[in-house]
Amino acid sequence: MKKTISVSNQGATLDTGRRNFLKLSGVGLALAGLALVGCNDDDLIMDNGSGNVFDLGKGDTGVLNYAYALEQLEADFYTKVVNNFYSGISSVEKELFTDLYHHEVIHRDFFKAAISGATSNVLPTLEFQYPGVNFNDRNSVLATAKALEDTGVAAYNGAGRYITNPDYLVIAGKIVSVEARHASAIRNLINPGSADFSGDDVINANGLDLAKEPKDIVAVAAGFIKTPFTWKERGIS
Amino acid sequence: MNILKLLDKLSDDKFFTKEASRLETITNLSSFGKKAAVAAVPLGLGAMMTTSVKAETTSNTTISSAVFKDALTDALQLALVLEYLEDEYYRMGLNKANLIPSADRTVFMQISKHETAHVAFLKSALTSLGQTPGAKPTFDFTAKGNFSPFDDYNQFLILAQAFEDTGVRAYKGQAGNVMSNKDVLTAALQIHSVEARHASQVRRMRANKGWIELSNGGNMPSATNAVYAGEENTNQAGFNTANAFGAAAGSAAYDEVLSGSDATAIASLFIA
Repeated sequence: MKKTISVSNQGATLDTGRRNFLKLSGVGLALAGLALVGCNDDDLIMDNGSGNVFDLGKGDTGVLNYAYALEQLEADFYTKVVNNFYSGISSVEKELFTDLYHHEVIHRDFFKAAISGATSNVLPTLEFQYPGVNFNDRNSVLATAKALEDTGVAAYNGAGRYITNPDYLVIAGKIVSVEARHASAIRNLINPGSADFSGDDVINANGLDLAKEPKDIVAVAAGFIKTPFTWKERGIS
Repeated sequence: MNILKLLDKLSDDKFFTKEASRLETITNLSSFGKKAAVAAVPLGLGAMMTTSVKAETTSNTTISSAVFKDALTDALQLALVLEYLEDEYYRMGLNKANLIPSADRTVFMQISKHETAHVAFLKSALTSLGQTPGAKPTFDFTAKGNFSPFDDYNQFLILAQAFEDTGVRAYKGQAGNVMSNKDVLTAALQIHSVEARHASQVRRMRANKGWIELSNGGNMPSATNAVYAGEENTNQAGFNTANAFGAAAGSAAYDEVLSGSDATAIASLFIA
């Protein structure tokens, strides 16, 4: 596979020392017109004409890439959790986190395949960070999982209105209810026997769960996402 | 509108076809109604992606919006029936002395609070759309003597799980019918995820996982098989979800739709 890439040094971050320096957050190199053979998409920057920051795209493409970004985050988080379970974890919780890891990886890989089959504007593999998260501490892991799952629910609920293809809407629907099942379980682990599984902090007086605009979600999730991207159609730049 | 007439209408396949034949110029009518309940679509989504958004306006907008509004308000009427059912069920359960153990009351009070709110919300949504909300049916939670949920807490939990898992699938099945009104769609999604939270909690109280693996409801009587039939699906738009970690994980990662007629059939078991 040959890919011509052009990389500018706009947006270079503190990751200049990283081994995979061709990633989005990497070094400034002018490599215009360089033809690479045998490359892997994940290692390249796709220059879509707006510097080297990826834009999620227009219409349904944008929404699918948005979902893909959030699933990448969740998959990355749970991969870290299962690769190094917090000390003292019970077998029940081990099984639960393994299930969450499975589901999010499946979601992530689904979106990658679905979007790749439909467009060349596929979100690359993002890099993540977890400032303040202690993967060896149960409370820290549960609190982060809760935040991610609740965010996922609010994101899907808020993005539904931007989907135009009903088949995509059904797919999103099939996923969001599983994220809500996750959120409920995590919340119940944090505070068993309470109303928190479906707490008043997320469910309003009409019995409605959160639904947030993409730009509000991205603002919240940005703390975890190192790789910049835009979604100009939804006001995220 | 008489609830039983409505339920019959939703179960009548011809309802949608009759309307479709009158409206040949509307190319995207097939996007609504029953198609939303159809399962796997091959992964050739590329063709759809590269074309521009299909216009929702047609030469005959008056008729089209009336048809879309019918499918939309019918979806809300169906949702209202399911919420009436859950609302009454939990109210009766909480009111039955010595049924729900005190340690579990907080959970069911929260669930009950939400179902009551959902009934009120859907009624006002229908009213604001110019529709008279259907009246509450008379329920028979024994399903003609097959269950005794108010005498036996295990049975109460079984039916609670069945109702919540059904609700998740039923709302999902109506998404296509309500997507013409973005505010209604968003509200439906916001209710749908609450039912999923409920379902997860009740399942876990029954020593099940919060999610559904294969078509196994998890220690559920065969009378509830219809609630879980189809949940074993591991083909999502042509993507094999069982590849990475097996069929249990692949099937659990996605909840499946229930058509309006299937949801109606389940609810009808509990309508006197």
